[in-house]
Amino acid sequence: MDSSHALAAHAASPAHIDTSTGLDSRKMAFWTFIGSECLLFGSLIATYMAYKGNSVKGPCPHDGMILPNGQPCGEGVLNIPLTTFSTFILLMSSVAMVFALYNVQRGERKWGPFWLFMTALGGSIFLGCQVYEFTEFYREGMTLHANLFGSTFFVLTGFHGAHVTVGIIYLITLGVMGLRGRIGPERTLNVEIAGLYWHFVDVIWIIIFPLVYLIK
Amino acid sequence: MTSETREIVHDQHTHPGWRFYAVIGVILLVFTALEVVGYVGETRGWYSSGAAAAIILLLSAVKFFSVVAYYMHLKFDNKLFTGIFVFPALLGTLVIGGMILLFHVLHGEATAIHGDITPRAEVSAQ
Repeated sequence: MDSSHALAAHAASPAHIDTSTGLDSRKMAFWTFIGSECLLFGSLIATYMAYKGNSVKGPCPHDGMILPNGQPCGEGVLNIPLTTFSTFILLMSSVAMVFALYNVQRGERKWGPFWLFMTALGGSIFLGCQVYEFTEFYREGMTLHANLFGSTFFVLTGFHGAHVTVGIIYLITLGVMGLRGRIGPERTLNVEIAGLYWHFVDVIWIIIFPLVYLIK
Repeated sequence: MTSETREIVHDQHTHPGWRFYAVIGVILLVFTALEVVGYVGETRGWYSSGAAAAIILLLSAVKFFSVVAYYMHLKFDNKLFTGIFVFPALLGTLVIGGMILLFHVLHGEATAIHGDITPRAEVSAQ
């Protein structure tokens, strides 16, 4: 490998930066941000788990649940088939995000933005399912103020949905930049950081889905 | 070859191809389907809720580590990033575990009594 190739590779690789750690500060900052998000979602999930099963009135998440006063809670409100579908879509959007980074790293000017838009599409379908789910809950009388389950559920899944929304805007912005030729192998880190954000949103849902929807 | 170029070549070799990422994606889908099977099995009484919870949590843990290690590249990246992520993630897990322990295992009658509390409005009306 001659020196010009080495210099080009040096410019393209985010791992070779003149900082005290030798690591790119943007990536370091983003991992720190993800760490702080872990604590945010950790506290929201902890609150949900603490109040789980302690609502004094319905609606309840699952069928056949009993209220603390011994009364039956009636039909559960959670729509497991719909949420399973949206979970599949979110996981597939993570695969699309990996393909986006893979193509950008290889200088594929068309396929990079294509997979970024596919990732955003997956996120949008997930968000659409969540909006539908929230609307149905509202119709069934489960609001933010209905009971402990409603409050903790809406705050937790709503915060996650807000993160998905930010991610979609982020990905569409990157996709448009890619179409204009402003995202290439020399700017791989921009897509890598967007990928970190998107995968983190996916990881949080990997925790929320079983704890909220599947485990009674 | 300088140390810089060696590292780059090494970096290119350590990152797997798109097929590997696709396989991880399939594993994520299959494990999600198995989680739902766990839920259905518990609903239909095939096994206890404790066993279902254990199965579902184990599957979700595998999914969590797959995404973090391979999709977020922590397995290939500098270990400092792993530390920055793992420390708060462990703290968050401890908080969640602590809350479950306090409110669902060690609570005694403390939280069960919530069902008998009369709302303030009704008390003042009496």
